Amino acid sequence: MKKSLSIVLTLFGLLGISSTSFAADATLSAGDTAWMLTSTALVLFMTIPGLALFYGGMVRKKNVLGTMMQSFAITALVTIIWMVIGYSLAFAEGGSFVGGLSKMFLKDMTVSGLSGTIPESVFMTFQMTFAIITPALIAGAFADRMKFSAMLWFMGIWSIVVYSPITHWVWGPGGWLGGMGILDFAGGTVVHINAGVAGLVAALVLGKRLGYGKEAMPPHNLTLTIMGAAMLWVGWFGFNAGSELAADGRAGMAMVVTQVATAAAALGWMFAEWMSKGKPSVLGIASGAVAGLVAITPASGFVGPMGALAIGVVAGVVCFWAATSLKNMLGYDDSLDAFGVHAIGGIVGAILTGVFAVKDIGGTAGLLEGNPGQVWTQIIGVGATILYTAVASFIILKVVDVVIGLRVSDDQEREGLDLALHGERVE
Amino acid sequence: MKLVMAIIKPFKLDDVRESLSEIGVQGITVTEVKGFGRQKGHTELYRGAEYVVDFLPKVKIEAVVDDGLVDQVIEAITKSANTGKIGDGKIFVFGVEQAIRIRTGESGADAL
Repeated sequence: MKKSLSIVLTLFGLLGISSTSFAADATLSAGDTAWMLTSTALVLFMTIPGLALFYGGMVRKKNVLGTMMQSFAITALVTIIWMVIGYSLAFAEGGSFVGGLSKMFLKDMTVSGLSGTIPESVFMTFQMTFAIITPALIAGAFADRMKFSAMLWFMGIWSIVVYSPITHWVWGPGGWLGGMGILDFAGGTVVHINAGVAGLVAALVLGKRLGYGKEAMPPHNLTLTIMGAAMLWVGWFGFNAGSELAADGRAGMAMVVTQVATAAAALGWMFAEWMSKGKPSVLGIASGAVAGLVAITPASGFVGPMGALAIGVVAGVVCFWAATSLKNMLGYDDSLDAFGVHAIGGIVGAILTGVFAVKDIGGTAGLLEGNPGQVWTQIIGVGATILYTAVASFIILKVVDVVIGLRVSDDQEREGLDLALHGERVE
Repeated sequence: MKLVMAIIKPFKLDDVRESLSEIGVQGITVTEVKGFGRQKGHTELYRGAEYVVDFLPKVKIEAVVDDGLVDQVIEAITKSANTGKIGDGKIFVFGVEQAIRIRTGESGADAL
């Protein structure tokens, strides 16, 4: 099968029929393709239903549908945006800052076109699932109070103006951070720092929920949340091991370190909470697992199991501190801790990738192998991502606020988004 | 006729129901309620946000009985709902002017 396919592809190549824009010499690998089809489904599974359940369980009951609706609607919206322009801005040939428009509407995508050893259609869809989950993560920061229409406008513009360019910087052809040698295997900067910082900006621009700090706002159903966290954990194998874009040894190593770091962070958060607050909570261990998944994301594909263990422990404890202490110290209302978990976990992971990178695994040595410059490269990548997403997110939010308004009315907020915005409720 | 209203711990409901049946109480009404008394509430902690929950779940039982049965009812509830720990609840007794069985129109003690 594999042989006959490659013969066919070679023939196409000789006849000049193939219109693939890159990797013209490559042949399709059935094994790689099968794994990437699977990974794509796994990553979509992270957003719907994973993230929808994770966030949905943490809000108050009057907002559960509105919160799950955000994940679901973002999935649909970003799919179309990615097809129309997002993929092109991220992955078409262009400058060092943003890709060109040559792949708009996927117009050159053919059934035989390849990206490396997999069909470009699979690569495009795999990347689409990353473009979907990133804005969906932001939604945790402004839960319970954003207008649905404003949310759609913000996410749509943000996907084009922030997500696609930063993806291009790191993974796109000619991207400047990629060219500098930043190590970001599966999206520590592109996905998590990007979403987490945008979330913090959104939480600050929108302001606190009514009654924040005075009224009790406990999660309404943590069974949904722990199921969602479990789905995120499972789906993340597609996210990290899939980011190798091949079914090979490095993908296997990415899988190992993902599992190890997640477990270490789950335990790290759990024990930190147990020691400082008296009880090991369900929300705590679930949050710790997600923090570990976030932190290992840039490092998977570059570090070994011991590096993963260290990254996991640090991420679990630091994110615990960020979500429980830092937030209260600074006084912002990041409702579901998009910043505390994703930005902080992403920063921890991105920088520690530069410390623990192993040359034999990913081809680049880290600090521990005598390459301190890599840490500096990672810090530049982190800083550039934070700066760009913070400024751009702020501007988009302000523009949307002026044009249609960001927040629901006080009455709507008290009534709950489910009834006020969607005319439905959960009993 | 008297209305005996008791606030008890939820897990004691079956014991109380049995003890009331034994002394001949024909029917009771049960409501899930929340409230506070001398028993303190509890605290919940979610990612560092601490909530003090003042209102604890209790069960409210209401039974209308003949005057002669009131002391027995009080004794039965007191015994069966007792754990000896704080938060066992309280019993209140009210006078009842009239009772009517809707199906037959019987009234007074016959309707109980």
